[in-house]
Amino acid sequence: MHFVLKIWRQAGPRTKGYFQRFEINDITEDTSFLEMLDILNNNLVKQGIETVAFDHDCREGICGACGLFINGRPHGPDEGITTCQLYMRRFPDGSEITVEPWRSKAFPVIRDLMVDRRALDKILQAGGFISVNTGTAPEANTLPISMEKVQESMDASACIGCGACVATCKNGSAMLFVASRVSALSILPQGKPEACRRARAMVARMDGLGFGSCTNIGSCQMECPKNITVAHIARLNREFLYCKR
Amino acid sequence: MADILNAKIPEGTLDSKWTSHKESLGCVSPGNREKMHIIVVGTGLAGASAAAALGEQGYRVNVFCMGDSPRRAHSVSAQGGINAAKNYRNDNDSVYRLFLDTIKGGDFRSREANVYRLAQVSNQIIDHCVALGVPFARDYGGYLDNRSFGGSLVSRTFYARGQTGQQLMLAACSALNRQMAKGTVTVHCRQQMMDLVVEKRRAKGIITRDMVSGKIDVFPAHAVVLATGGYGNVYFLSTNAMNSNGSALVQCWKKGAFFANPGFVQIHPTCIPVHGEHQSKLTLMSESLRNDGRIWVPQKREDALALREKKIRPSEIPEHERDYYLERRYPAYGNLVPRDIASRAARERCEAGLGVSKTGWAVFLDFSFAIARQGKKVIEDKYGNLFQMYEKITGENPWKEPMQIYPAMHYTMGGLWVDYNLMTTIDGLFAIGEANFSDHGANRLGASALMQGLADGFFILPYTLPGFLADKTGEPCPDPSADAFLRARSEVCRRIERLMSMKGRIPVDHFHRKLGVLMWNHAGIVRSAEGLKETIPQIDALETSFRQGAGIPGNSFTVNQELEKAIHLEDYFILAKLIVTDALYREESCGSHFRTESKTEEGEALRDDKHFQHVAAWQYNSQEKDHLLHKEQLVFENIPVTERKYK
Repeated sequence: MHFVLKIWRQAGPRTKGYFQRFEINDITEDTSFLEMLDILNNNLVKQGIETVAFDHDCREGICGACGLFINGRPHGPDEGITTCQLYMRRFPDGSEITVEPWRSKAFPVIRDLMVDRRALDKILQAGGFISVNTGTAPEANTLPISMEKVQESMDASACIGCGACVATCKNGSAMLFVASRVSALSILPQGKPEACRRARAMVARMDGLGFGSCTNIGSCQMECPKNITVAHIARLNREFLYCKR
Repeated sequence: MADILNAKIPEGTLDSKWTSHKESLGCVSPGNREKMHIIVVGTGLAGASAAAALGEQGYRVNVFCMGDSPRRAHSVSAQGGINAAKNYRNDNDSVYRLFLDTIKGGDFRSREANVYRLAQVSNQIIDHCVALGVPFARDYGGYLDNRSFGGSLVSRTFYARGQTGQQLMLAACSALNRQMAKGTVTVHCRQQMMDLVVEKRRAKGIITRDMVSGKIDVFPAHAVVLATGGYGNVYFLSTNAMNSNGSALVQCWKKGAFFANPGFVQIHPTCIPVHGEHQSKLTLMSESLRNDGRIWVPQKREDALALREKKIRPSEIPEHERDYYLERRYPAYGNLVPRDIASRAARERCEAGLGVSKTGWAVFLDFSFAIARQGKKVIEDKYGNLFQMYEKITGENPWKEPMQIYPAMHYTMGGLWVDYNLMTTIDGLFAIGEANFSDHGANRLGASALMQGLADGFFILPYTLPGFLADKTGEPCPDPSADAFLRARSEVCRRIERLMSMKGRIPVDHFHRKLGVLMWNHAGIVRSAEGLKETIPQIDALETSFRQGAGIPGNSFTVNQELEKAIHLEDYFILAKLIVTDALYREESCGSHFRTESKTEEGEALRDDKHFQHVAAWQYNSQEKDHLLHKEQLVFENIPVTERKYK
């Protein structure tokens, strides 16, 4: 297969970026999108040109490191997958593909397609945990939890922290990310005692870090590679309102 | 010699060793802890849990990770589950049985006392993880559910769908985040450890490279904890993440930490087969699939050929013309034999010309029976995301036709030699999780890596490391402007300059891929003296051509992923030769290590306890041929040393 790639190049956070055009040939259908970029980069090395920087690690859709804006959509055209799970068979032969980094105020570009997502961890540090010291926990089966509750918590907890929800949001809001953590913990009895403080602290931190507000568009749910739904945002809002009382 | 390799195993009966040892360990008073600086390198389950637990106690912990967030460490990819001896199924599980299975699974090449301790703390891990909010699967009554894994006759694996590693990682990171908020722990992201600073055989700190600015920095500490995982990426194609690497291990080895059993590497039987020459990594399909999937190949070669050419579909082959070779050869364990055995059996069938897929290097993992018996809904609940993943990668629907799988490089049992306190042969340097060698012997059982990482990090190191620090509270943190630091720093700078000055135009990947093929062919599932002997000169030749032909565009003062690859590859050359040296030395077959010269008449592995019932710990020498071998004899007092039988 043959493709024309329009890839965002940017030397550093304060440098002006631009699109660079590349042609790439002899790509097989079972090549993954990131492997296609590997091939491109190896071709660049052969010409002595600086390679395209992009984040990636596990390449099986679970670490959350990769994240490219492909043809205007985070993680590309398919639903329910990360960039590393996208295969070239998904694109028509000869097509032009535009590749950009996540674009959001809270995620400054580091270089090319690589962005700084540390703001997400800063939100978690505000309260995305259960305060229990190592060694103090009671026997695991002391507290039965219904299967449905656990599954609901697991649905929310599937978040891999890739930032696609932020990248796709017109407001640059991290609401789905925050909601998934708040929801995952506050559904469980272990997370209840801090539920109120957690919701307030995490939302406050999100606001403080330059993320936008949620206006219920729902594009985050559309683009989430782990199919996390806005129902969790509803739960977050409820937790938050209870706290205000 | 015995003095150098003192494992410091406590006296007393097996079940009292850990308790009495804890009582004998010193403590640091709460007021003194904030003066004690600890470095943790790596934020997988072991590193994150250790840093969090030490932070909770009040130590000053600096954590280093290569990714943009600790949560991305490769523990996140573990799918199947985590073992614990809870006996929730009432199927006669116990601490002793978990210990027994682990020792036997490791083919009697691990240390009794360490493994018993691992089994002892396993239950606490589950308790703590539930408290941290891990949504482990539960049954209708709301109690925790279990599933079975290879190498065990009881059901003791706890799981969270197919994302157990990720859920545990989130839990460990949440504990870490809590400590960051408190200010006890500082996490440094996008930092790579470049060297260990050692003075008078004591670890004093580390040298790091900032992967964004290229800045080379020094960090002093009272103790350094290495939690950098394994070195499976030596083989290029593996289930490891792309950034997992063995560089920190190599630096520590060069500085005097002994490397134990480097040749023990695990090849996982259920991975998506290699399909193309540009493939960057291999994807694991969880071992839990072997609970319900049956592994088979056709009995007739012409069927195998027809399948490769897609002239027939697998479901068209009638039942009596299929060979369920694991069930046939190992009736007691069937499809649940340990990983090494399943991998060798798959290779044997493919060598015999019965492999499927277009390359002929794959076998079937068939769920049609389980779907017929249990219903699609049940199977979907258990493995839905794995089926989806398989379909995305291969473009084939596993609900209709069986999956195709083949073994792939997965995990390294070998690692830095550590004593009972998890301290290496360098004072103040600890190694935990996959980075050490201690618990899995010659083969790791499924769902035991997560257990070991969290055992080391949450429940063992937080006792033994303070024990080391107890008499050092008067010591100030080492001075980063001391000679040892400056020397190590300038050495790192020189190394980077040397790599950047390579003027070729061949990408680093090209050489790494070649190294991988060499290692897979000669030091993979099956090894022979002949093959191993010819490998080292080939690695040397490859390294020479790398230095002459490779090139790194750009500079070292910004993100330069080619430079990162080159740094790792230099270290992989060293590790590759160490793996081969160890595999050549060990003239027996045990666990994952199968030497063609040492097998039974039936073709099963033949151990040589008389000559090799020991840990092979290698001491670095700048003259490669002169790496010094130290042996730690393994003593089994509580378990009869038997032939490992799964028939």
